[in-house]
Amino acid sequence: MQNTATATATDATLLPVKPSRYARLRDSDLWFSFRSHPSAIFAAVLLAFVALTAFLAPFIAPQNPYDLSALVLWNSEIPPIWNTDGQMPFVLGTDTQGRDILSAILYGSRISLIIGFASVLLALSVGLTLGLIAGYFGGWIDNVIMRVGDVLLSMPFILIAILITAIASASLPTSLKDVLAAPILIFAIAVPSWVQYARTVRASAMVEAKKEYVQAAKLIRVKSWRIMLNHILPNCMTPIMVAATLNFGLAILSEATLSFLGVGMPPDQPSLGTLIRIGNQYLFSGLWWIIVFPSIQLCLIVLSVNMIGDWLRDALNPKLR
Amino acid sequence: MIAFLIKRIANAAFVMLAVALLAFIIFRFFGDPVEMMVNEQATQADRAELRERLGLNDGLITQYTRFVTNAVQGEFGISYRNQQDVMVLIKDRFPATFDLVLVATVISLVVGIPLGVITAIYRESPIANALQLGSIVGVSLPSFVVGILLILAFSVSLGWLPAFGRGETVDIGWWSTGLLTPSGRRALVLPSISLATFQITLVMRLVRAEMLETLRADYIKFARARGVPTSRVQWRHALRNCLMPVITLTGMQIGNLIAFALVTETVFQWPGMGMLFIQAVTFVDIPVMAAYLMIVAFIFVALNTVVDVTYAWVDPRLRDDTARAGGANG
Repeated sequence: MQNTATATATDATLLPVKPSRYARLRDSDLWFSFRSHPSAIFAAVLLAFVALTAFLAPFIAPQNPYDLSALVLWNSEIPPIWNTDGQMPFVLGTDTQGRDILSAILYGSRISLIIGFASVLLALSVGLTLGLIAGYFGGWIDNVIMRVGDVLLSMPFILIAILITAIASASLPTSLKDVLAAPILIFAIAVPSWVQYARTVRASAMVEAKKEYVQAAKLIRVKSWRIMLNHILPNCMTPIMVAATLNFGLAILSEATLSFLGVGMPPDQPSLGTLIRIGNQYLFSGLWWIIVFPSIQLCLIVLSVNMIGDWLRDALNPKLR
Repeated sequence: MIAFLIKRIANAAFVMLAVALLAFIIFRFFGDPVEMMVNEQATQADRAELRERLGLNDGLITQYTRFVTNAVQGEFGISYRNQQDVMVLIKDRFPATFDLVLVATVISLVVGIPLGVITAIYRESPIANALQLGSIVGVSLPSFVVGILLILAFSVSLGWLPAFGRGETVDIGWWSTGLLTPSGRRALVLPSISLATFQITLVMRLVRAEMLETLRADYIKFARARGVPTSRVQWRHALRNCLMPVITLTGMQIGNLIAFALVTETVFQWPGMGMLFIQAVTFVDIPVMAAYLMIVAFIFVALNTVVDVTYAWVDPRLRDDTARAGGANG
């Protein structure tokens, strides 16, 4: 499967019969739908811009906000540049320790995006695996997996995530707590979210497992995991893609919420949520820029992800074609 | 029907037992309960005595059974932090959270339903498109950001409304409410709006989808043909048929609202259950955490079960096994 695809891509110029991957993408319904939805284009451009600036943060940020020696105290509490007291290079002002807000936002977005992405990836791999196993084999193993899922869904998402981070940080020694903050968050957000993927995959795995081609494959002794991966999984990728996109937005939101509540990223490696938590202390002292700009960035990221997710859901929905 | 009822309740009981197991594991294995309760001067003998008194030397199954029995009677032990009965603490704080969730639910219905109807009726018009876009923005705004922005605008800049606390409250027995005093009502405005934002968009989207479906139905065409005024058809005949799913959604979301209230309560320093929980998390006050977890899960599961059973009662087709799929969604 993999081999033929690459071969087609390289031979495309010689054999016009088989379109290249690029051409297939260009002529696809999905691409057409994308081009005709201005909101989807806007969201994609915005997200790409945010992601690019976040990942290039070490090269483009005016300051390294983690480097305590770079912080100068007399540069503290400078308002944004359009204010009369604003100073270059602090375009969006500085906080009470002289940290450049723009740099903090760029670095913070990087952490938020990585945690969001990693937790979706983890939830996806766990959810798809367990869902395939449950749907394909059925029986007691299906029962166990789905019951665990039921219990997880019977508690509010945010509560599970808070409990996991709270327990993890209570049982870890202080020296490890900050180092492991990001992995703990990724895990805490993934635990309540794998169930949705598992349910979706299980439903289609149950249908597919009864079909004749699967029976035939079993008959010629194709290995179970091969049937699941190559035949069943591709059949349920459409709803999974939509769910994963929307959950990416939810994961970023959850990370921000946990960090805002003080059970997420520590102040010395702040995500957007931590920045908002820090800014919240100065809410009444007139230093509005410390809190408003990270909030705007967070909202823009989640908004663009959700707009893409919404578009994808409509574009892939056969009923709406 | 009775078979279905038993099955559904058994299901709910199973989920609650699993949640209790989780709470028990947290209570028993994360931090030694004895070390948390005694002070530093306690002798080895004191500790052993307390360990025996708490029953921590019994078998784990006995301990779990006792944990569940106590939980059913509302006994969650003593808070590590302030040495008070956990249930008393929660009873103290619950009314504040209740006020908040109640007002947020009312706001979400009063604002969400008309907006949903408007977006459905004036489909493809600029207003409807703007509202649709607004609903995506509403889903994307974290509730704590909404709260902070509201505080910045209406408390810090304009000084119209209080930014923290409950204001004056009226006590009715052990219950207290801020709804009966002017300052209590003013204090409720900002927190409940920030809690309701997400819910408004949910209600709005649901009403829109249901209305679009209903407006295509034959009885609507017939009502129009008979000469019933358009607005009456839309706001009375069509809307009425959309309300059932809205009620379901509202019922199922109350558990989520209570959980999400902990974020709002942190932003607005609202003395509710959620604040209690967040403080317990900070101080690793495990009995309070376990109790909160079980109470919220119970409310969640109970509401889901009630909704399911009501549906099965109204619509016999749902009494088959298929009803289970909708059970734990929410």
